Amino acid sequence: MKTLKYLVEKEFKQIWRNPIIPKMIVGYPILVLLIFPWAINFEVKNIKINIVDQSRSSYSQRLINKIDASAYFILNDITDSYESSLQDMDNAHCDIILVIPPSFDKNLVKEQKADISIVANAVNTTQGLLGSNYLTEIITDFSSDLRYEIQPILKVQRAQNLEIVPRYRYNETLDYKVFMLPAFIVLMITLICGILPSLNVVLEKELGTIHQINTTPVSKFNFIVAKVIPYWIIGIIILTISIFVTWIIYGLYPSGSMVALYVASIIFILGITALAIVISNYSDTLQQSMFLVMFFILIIILLSGMFTPVSSMPVWAQVIAYVNPLTHFIEIMRLIYLKSNSFVDLLRPMGVLILFALIFNGWAVVSYRKSS
Amino acid sequence: MSKRFRAFVEKEFYHILRDRRTMLILLGMPVVQILIFGFAINMEVQNIRIAVYEPQPDVYTQDLTARVEANSYFILKETPHSIQEINERLRKGEIDMALIFPNNFHTNLVHAGKSQIQIITDSSDPNIGTISTNYLRAIIGEQQKEWMSLQQIPYEIAVTNKLHYNPEMKSAYTFVPGIMGLVLMIICAIMTSISIVREKEMGTMEVLLASPLNSATVLLSKTIPYLALSIVNLVTILLLSVYVLKVPIVGSLLLLIFVSVLFIFLSLSLGLLISTLVQTQVTAIIISGIGLMMPVLILSGMIFPINNMPNLLQWLSALVPARWYIAAIKKIMIQGLGFFAVAKEIIILIGMIVVLVILSIRNIKPRLG
Repeated sequence: MKTLKYLVEKEFKQIWRNPIIPKMIVGYPILVLLIFPWAINFEVKNIKINIVDQSRSSYSQRLINKIDASAYFILNDITDSYESSLQDMDNAHCDIILVIPPSFDKNLVKEQKADISIVANAVNTTQGLLGSNYLTEIITDFSSDLRYEIQPILKVQRAQNLEIVPRYRYNETLDYKVFMLPAFIVLMITLICGILPSLNVVLEKELGTIHQINTTPVSKFNFIVAKVIPYWIIGIIILTISIFVTWIIYGLYPSGSMVALYVASIIFILGITALAIVISNYSDTLQQSMFLVMFFILIIILLSGMFTPVSSMPVWAQVIAYVNPLTHFIEIMRLIYLKSNSFVDLLRPMGVLILFALIFNGWAVVSYRKSS
Repeated sequence: MSKRFRAFVEKEFYHILRDRRTMLILLGMPVVQILIFGFAINMEVQNIRIAVYEPQPDVYTQDLTARVEANSYFILKETPHSIQEINERLRKGEIDMALIFPNNFHTNLVHAGKSQIQIITDSSDPNIGTISTNYLRAIIGEQQKEWMSLQQIPYEIAVTNKLHYNPEMKSAYTFVPGIMGLVLMIICAIMTSISIVREKEMGTMEVLLASPLNSATVLLSKTIPYLALSIVNLVTILLLSVYVLKVPIVGSLLLLIFVSVLFIFLSLSLGLLISTLVQTQVTAIIISGIGLMMPVLILSGMIFPINNMPNLLQWLSALVPARWYIAAIKKIMIQGLGFFAVAKEIIILIGMIVVLVILSIRNIKPRLG
């Protein structure tokens, strides 16, 4: 026990002496939480639109006015030429093109139906799709306006007035920041507690100090535990700072069990730190361990449902996501932050995190060799 | 001079080639990322778990439920017995949305011509929340048309949608340019900075600097192997995206390679600058790894569109080199535009290289300590 205390003290001194790590522990979460959540926004606003109006009729003019009045669209140009609009799209002057054909008003009046076409820039698929959805909504609205104007003539149809009432639960303002903030906290903990410890053991190898440790009676277990503990404390500090920052700046606080949040974080950090140490044990140089860690961390971040939904991944990727501790930690954070889950609700993902921590800590102790 | 320089470059190549594991990762990383992004990462909303609550099941509620069940976007979960149960299952994340019928749905709709349906969505993720609500609305709309036995709704405007540049709506079109930016940046900047700082830390830098070559040439020789490695990576990524992901290179391949090499130079000089600023490998890794990864992932337009960001962040993202590279690649590779369309990006990339090189040359100290 006494040995462990000294070893932990040594680790802390080494960390504190580094010119950048202590500053980063406090500065990084604040900076990240201040800046990045604003960057993540799929809601498409200010879509620049070109309208190719070949009809030049009162109907097309009404539709144009309606689009112009919408908050989503900025009218870039009204023209006759489809080609020049495509060129505008190439040069990023417009994001979407609406083509109103010459017979638009005639068809509307005579046949009570008309065609119209939308061309959206889909280099970014989500943006292209959302833009064309918004525009379609406006057009549908426009046609129901026309319908209401002539409604007295039509007989009341059965099943005509079906009202659909949507309720957006857990994030009523549909604010992306609310969804991403818990994920950012997880991301920072993963990056710091996943990368830094991996540099630790291997650095002792490179500098040769590991031989000194190896010749002492320090047990494998003590050595590894002493490596894990400081990052565990650093992770908790980062978590606490992040909770405060998100609360003060964004007014978002965990509506569920705070105890569960800390317990889950403690278990997760133990696991991810051990993963880093396993990698470090197997590497001979800092470069090697750095790239191994980067490789794994990028994969677990991308396959965790942090940015994109797990449910839309193919089965093989869902299997990886399921054994990925990050998936479960993010799920826990979001369930606690947004859906006020209690400790009991979270036993299943908590169990996965415990399993992960046990396996990797065991592996870290076993894979550390005192003799080369 | 050139013979000595060659010897230095050779030494650097030996360093890299000897470390099999790092080589494997450097060459394998882009492959794995292309596969993950191409096949696993998907913004499309699918497999929406839905529960339908029918307090008084009738022909109409069953019609609509059957239609929802038949739709490939939805997975119908067991029928809940109460609204309370729905709330509970939503909260625990067992279902994503619920469709709630009122009492006397059929009677009200047919005789009074009027009724209401409630949709509750878990909108923790606002994107998924709105998109799945829209899907369900569309299904209800179709069913409504059938109920009204209408061939055609008066004043209906039929909309044809065309997605320009990406007609099949493949996410890969959005991601491939981003992966190129991320991989090249990580490999070049991190590798160069670490390998130079390593020599400083090990003390071998003094030996190199004591050689007859001047210090700038010594550093230059260290970047050349990484340039070669990055070009191999570039070729791998392009081959994989064309033949495996089926993302075509619409524009000029030559221009694409030119811009990429420019970006590789840029990343190398960034690594060089970092290496002149820090003293230990750990610090170099923290700055180039943790410090670069987040901005490239988030501010480069790789996943999140830049024109949605607030002005301050748009301005900040202008400082991220990957942003300009990714923009240029999208224009050349996906949109098939020519040189003049990407002239702005090229000028900015060159400008950044010049600044970084000047800064690092000013920072190189021919003596250590």
